[in-house]
Amino acid sequence: MKIAVCVKRVPDMDVRFRIAADGTSVDETGVKFDLNDFDAWAVEAALQLKEKAGQGEVTVISLGPDAVQETIRKALSMGADKGIHLQADRIPFDGFSIASALAAELKDGGYDLILFGKLSPDSSNGVTGPMVAELLGLPCVTAISRLEIAESRGTAKRELEGAQEIVEFPLPALLTVDEGLNTARYPSLKGIMAAKKKPLESKPAALGESKVKIDKIELPPERAAGKIIGEGAAAVPELVRLLHTEARVL
Amino acid sequence: MANIFAFAEARGGELRKVALEAVTAARKLADSTGGEVHALLLGASGISQKAEQLAQHGADVVLVCENEGFTNYNAEAAAALAADRIGSGGYRAAVFATSAQGRDLAPRVAAKLGVGIVTDVTGVELSGETLTVKHPMNIGKVIATVSMQGSPAVVSLRPNTFTPSANPKAGRVENVEPVGDPGASRVTVKEMVSGARGKLDLAEAPVIIAGGRGLKAAENFKLVEELADAFGNAAVGATRAVTDDGWRPHSDQIGQTGRLVSPDLYIAIGISGAVQHLAGMRTSRTIVAINKDKEAPIFKVADYGIVGDVFEVVPALTAAVREARKSS
Repeated sequence: MKIAVCVKRVPDMDVRFRIAADGTSVDETGVKFDLNDFDAWAVEAALQLKEKAGQGEVTVISLGPDAVQETIRKALSMGADKGIHLQADRIPFDGFSIASALAAELKDGGYDLILFGKLSPDSSNGVTGPMVAELLGLPCVTAISRLEIAESRGTAKRELEGAQEIVEFPLPALLTVDEGLNTARYPSLKGIMAAKKKPLESKPAALGESKVKIDKIELPPERAAGKIIGEGAAAVPELVRLLHTEARVL
Repeated sequence: MANIFAFAEARGGELRKVALEAVTAARKLADSTGGEVHALLLGASGISQKAEQLAQHGADVVLVCENEGFTNYNAEAAAALAADRIGSGGYRAAVFATSAQGRDLAPRVAAKLGVGIVTDVTGVELSGETLTVKHPMNIGKVIATVSMQGSPAVVSLRPNTFTPSANPKAGRVENVEPVGDPGASRVTVKEMVSGARGKLDLAEAPVIIAGGRGLKAAENFKLVEELADAFGNAAVGATRAVTDDGWRPHSDQIGQTGRLVSPDLYIAIGISGAVQHLAGMRTSRTIVAINKDKEAPIFKVADYGIVGDVFEVVPALTAAVREARKSS
């Protein structure tokens, strides 16, 4: 089984972001970057499928500046077989632009399965996977939290609001991965050493035309400082009063 | 003048609240240019009865496709039909919901049409030729203003952000045919496992009661459930630590990798307030925190805090809420 996993290098979210001088991006000074969580679960899913089948090849693809090679190496050190770096000065915000470049790369790859994380926390659009599926005309299931592949068909579970769908699909297909599908493995020392020798091809990304543009970014208004209204059960009557008279939610 | 398209999401023969939110937002856009709102409603036989509700919220035309192939969400057939209508209708914008269904459908439609898309939108404005949207990024720590030049622009709205409002219009029903055979979709729903009937979902509940590690054990979540019952209009959520430990299903997780919610009232019980959790709930209108550690970061975002033992405070609050609702 030939599997491609598209991964993104994303900033660590556990920081206070600053606006860059251009007013349309985040100042990356001092910001740490890593493989997107959802994409790590997608890599893990690919590795598990390959291990279960006892054969196959997992290709990791990432788009962006040279720094994304580090992200690809991480996936290789988890156990993926080879990497493809699609060069771009920066990772565009526009989903269509990225999806066009990825679709062009994936089109003739002969993959049985293409995996994406369902969302990246930085641009927070969650559109790339299903857009690539449409551009390639592939069956697509988004936000899966369970997956089984048998022969040339798959079964997946999707979480809806307050319900779940069990869906069936034929291969080749494109899937996007939600939390809960698996727990991503940590790269072993052996894996890290092996990754250094694995093939990583680098070529220009055929980005599509951007259809949307960030005019500015701002920090959201701070929430007004709250108040501690008291300690223990004795504070409950005051809370109920405030919820009734001030917040008007009771 | 520009017409606006709205996708009216339904499930199990019922409209979802996000359908009314989409129509309401589309109405405001259309009014700013003197255009019409056309809503698309897909479902099994009988779904056309829901068109009236869309008209009440501002749909001038309701495009209805009744087909057994639309009994469950049918991504391929829905995308084909929506893209066909949007592409041929000359719309300035197409409005979807950032729900499980909308997250899946809207990007497919945008790709089919080769147009721009922004999801999880918290504001949308049309001024002359320019459509601009507000889009939270970096787990809500940054808000982008994004301009969408080409027509149609596809936007999907963050649930519970655009309040449905009545604005009755004619809502002329126009029956439309599917594009191709909806029964021939390659991806098929084999089974729908519904949650407990009558339970509110996190995306739609006006009140959310969420529990964290401070509850100490899975069985103690009954305190959270009892408080939710006392409100009568509340859903139960959880932190990532709790869902990772299997105390609650992953679908209950609120936070960066889970659900993003903005209820009227959010009560955090035994939740310290990790960045990953705050990302999912900081836009709630009123936040209440109950935690034994007065230094917990959750108190920085909470409008009202009670420092104390959750096993003492929560039952007292449950009783007080029951009492307050009885007398109101």
